[in-house]
Amino acid sequence: MNTMQKVENALADSEIKIGARGVQVYYGTNHALKDVDVDIADKTVTAFIGPSGCGKSTFLRCLNRMNDTIVGCRVEGQITLDGEDIYAPTVDPVQLRARVGMVFQKPNPFPKSIFENVAYGPRIHGLARGRAELDEIVEKSLRRAALWDEVKDRLTAPGTGLSGGQQQRLCIARAIATAPEVLLMDEPASALDPIATAQIEELIDELRSAFSVVIVTHSMQQAARVSQKTAFFHLGSLVEFGETGQIFTNPQDPRTESYITGRIG
Amino acid sequence: MSVGIITLIVLAIAVGGFFIGRARAMSLVGGDARKLHSLPGYYGQLVLIFAAVPAFAALILWLLVQPMVIEARIGALIAPESIAEGSTRDLVMSDVRRIANGIDQLVAQQVLSEADLRTLSTEQSDLRSRMADVGVALGSDVVQNVFEAAKEYRRISIFARMAMAAVVLLLAVTGAVFAFRRILPDFRARNVSEASFKVLLIAASFVAVLTTVGIVLSLAFETVHFFRLYPAKDFFFSLTWNPQFRGGSDLGIAPLLWGTLYVSFVALVVSVPVGLFAAIFLAEYASKPVRSAAKPAIEVLAGIPTIVYGLFALVTVGPVLRDYFAAPLGIGSSSSSVMTAGLVMGIMLIPFVSSLSDDVINAVPQSLRDGSYALGATRSETVRRVILPAALPGIVGAILLATSRAIGETMIVVMGAGAAARLSLDPFEAMTTITVKIVSQLTGDTEFGSPETLVAFALGLTLFVITLALNVVALVVVRRYREQYE
Repeated sequence: MNTMQKVENALADSEIKIGARGVQVYYGTNHALKDVDVDIADKTVTAFIGPSGCGKSTFLRCLNRMNDTIVGCRVEGQITLDGEDIYAPTVDPVQLRARVGMVFQKPNPFPKSIFENVAYGPRIHGLARGRAELDEIVEKSLRRAALWDEVKDRLTAPGTGLSGGQQQRLCIARAIATAPEVLLMDEPASALDPIATAQIEELIDELRSAFSVVIVTHSMQQAARVSQKTAFFHLGSLVEFGETGQIFTNPQDPRTESYITGRIG
Repeated sequence: MSVGIITLIVLAIAVGGFFIGRARAMSLVGGDARKLHSLPGYYGQLVLIFAAVPAFAALILWLLVQPMVIEARIGALIAPESIAEGSTRDLVMSDVRRIANGIDQLVAQQVLSEADLRTLSTEQSDLRSRMADVGVALGSDVVQNVFEAAKEYRRISIFARMAMAAVVLLLAVTGAVFAFRRILPDFRARNVSEASFKVLLIAASFVAVLTTVGIVLSLAFETVHFFRLYPAKDFFFSLTWNPQFRGGSDLGIAPLLWGTLYVSFVALVVSVPVGLFAAIFLAEYASKPVRSAAKPAIEVLAGIPTIVYGLFALVTVGPVLRDYFAAPLGIGSSSSSVMTAGLVMGIMLIPFVSSLSDDVINAVPQSLRDGSYALGATRSETVRRVILPAALPGIVGAILLATSRAIGETMIVVMGAGAAARLSLDPFEAMTTITVKIVSQLTGDTEFGSPETLVAFALGLTLFVITLALNVVALVVVRRYREQYE
């Protein structure tokens, strides 16, 4: 824990990637998220924890404007990516999502081959000039997602034929193939068995070197294992945000302590 | 006793058995349904099933077999010399049936008594005119031998009907009593009900399969007749369709097949893009209120009878195409054209394509859309690259259904494209299709045994084979290219 704390302290002053100020989210008349202020640092894993329905996934989906696709959803306040307001009228949400990738709770590979799954983003955004370059991107992405060795001989097999853990790593490879700056993960391991979960967690730790990672999780152990910063959400509000070690060992708010010790949630 | 009355009595026994069986089960456990293996209603069902099913099965079987047995026995009674020149045994048999029916009428109106009938002979009385008085028309005077056969026919029929009533009612009562006596608190009536439900489902699927087999067989038999009279080589490879009343016709399928494919092609060119785009709009782009208004509005098109579409083609589309398009451009002067029928048929098919495609597009999981949007894909990229490939099997199914409808459509073709068989590439010329010619050959004045009529069956079978082949090809294509989601 001591070494971990040192790493975290070193990260404390690293550059802010995403800044949120006074974010409110409404689903119709339901006020789902109240006044959230968070700064997400670059090249860091930030975990959002909290009981079901506390608004952590909702907030995550604000960061790449996935909430735009939900009818009746309204977002107020300011969210900036590299200092630029992502809800400004000049920002194209489609372009934004290429910079802020997302991995979902349930693995959702496209019903295409493994290769086509990973090549999907690069094809859409024209990232590769020619087949050789595309092959290279696909291989690099699969390697970073720690899946290459398992699938290199069957890239043309359907992605839906992989096991659950492999599918989720395929989805991660698919997300990093578009070279995003931030990777959002919505409970990426909750549908997986312990071994696959451990692989995903290891992967998240490696991804930190290149991306800013935000992960929503129900497992406090997972948050403690993979993240440097932790935000605790409760009933639509951000209760506490700080270094992971501090949140888990010395929480400032009684609600955080109750949740962590298992009394609420 | 008539079949209707027998049916009603059996039903009454069965329904009564239901209530008695239920009451019996309840009384066995002193009104506490929890002590029964099954819910009380299942014991009622048990009695109902045992009363109704064997009785109705026997009734149906009897009705099928009885005519065959009687025909065979009476047929043997008709002397060969009573079959007139140019007539057949079948014709005499139908006379026998008509006379028997006439006797029934005479007896019912008390013109004749059963006693008179026994002594009556054809020489003494003018049966033909007496039958005519009660509304039974006979083609010729009644021969004694045929009259005897008719009397025998009537006697056996009456006996058979009574025997049938007795057997069926006895079966119903026996079944009910048998089931009633098996009711015990731990009898598994629920499982019997389950098993009989399964049998019912199997029977229903058999009806569908057997009907198809029956249709194919009946077509195949007549087609074989046709090919005995007319060479198959000419039918398939002759390029002219020119039926004559007095034989010597040219019955080449080519112009009809060409017309069918041409009209269907135009119809699909209209309906597939329009229907598919409409479906994509409804499923992916439209807001809820728009969708709930537009979807039923499009489906109204499916409810319009094809004859109304035909009128639309005849009165509006045909003349408009001719006056504002074909005639000014100098490419045609007929209001009946492949274009007219194809356009109108295409409109008719839009809801088939759009409604089914809309359903399959909606069935594509939201998670796939989310995955695509999260990678920075736009809506149309998501539709083209993720949703359509995933929905492909369903969409191909929708297009196949539309194609089958197009190939089988008759009314719009008659009124829109005319009835002239022609091999031409010009879409503004009148042409006709296989289905139209099946109708006109079968309803024509020619004798049923002639090739001019029988050709209808060969045409029908060809059509059937074509659509079947189309289905098989589509299945193979879909299996190869589909992208299956969980």
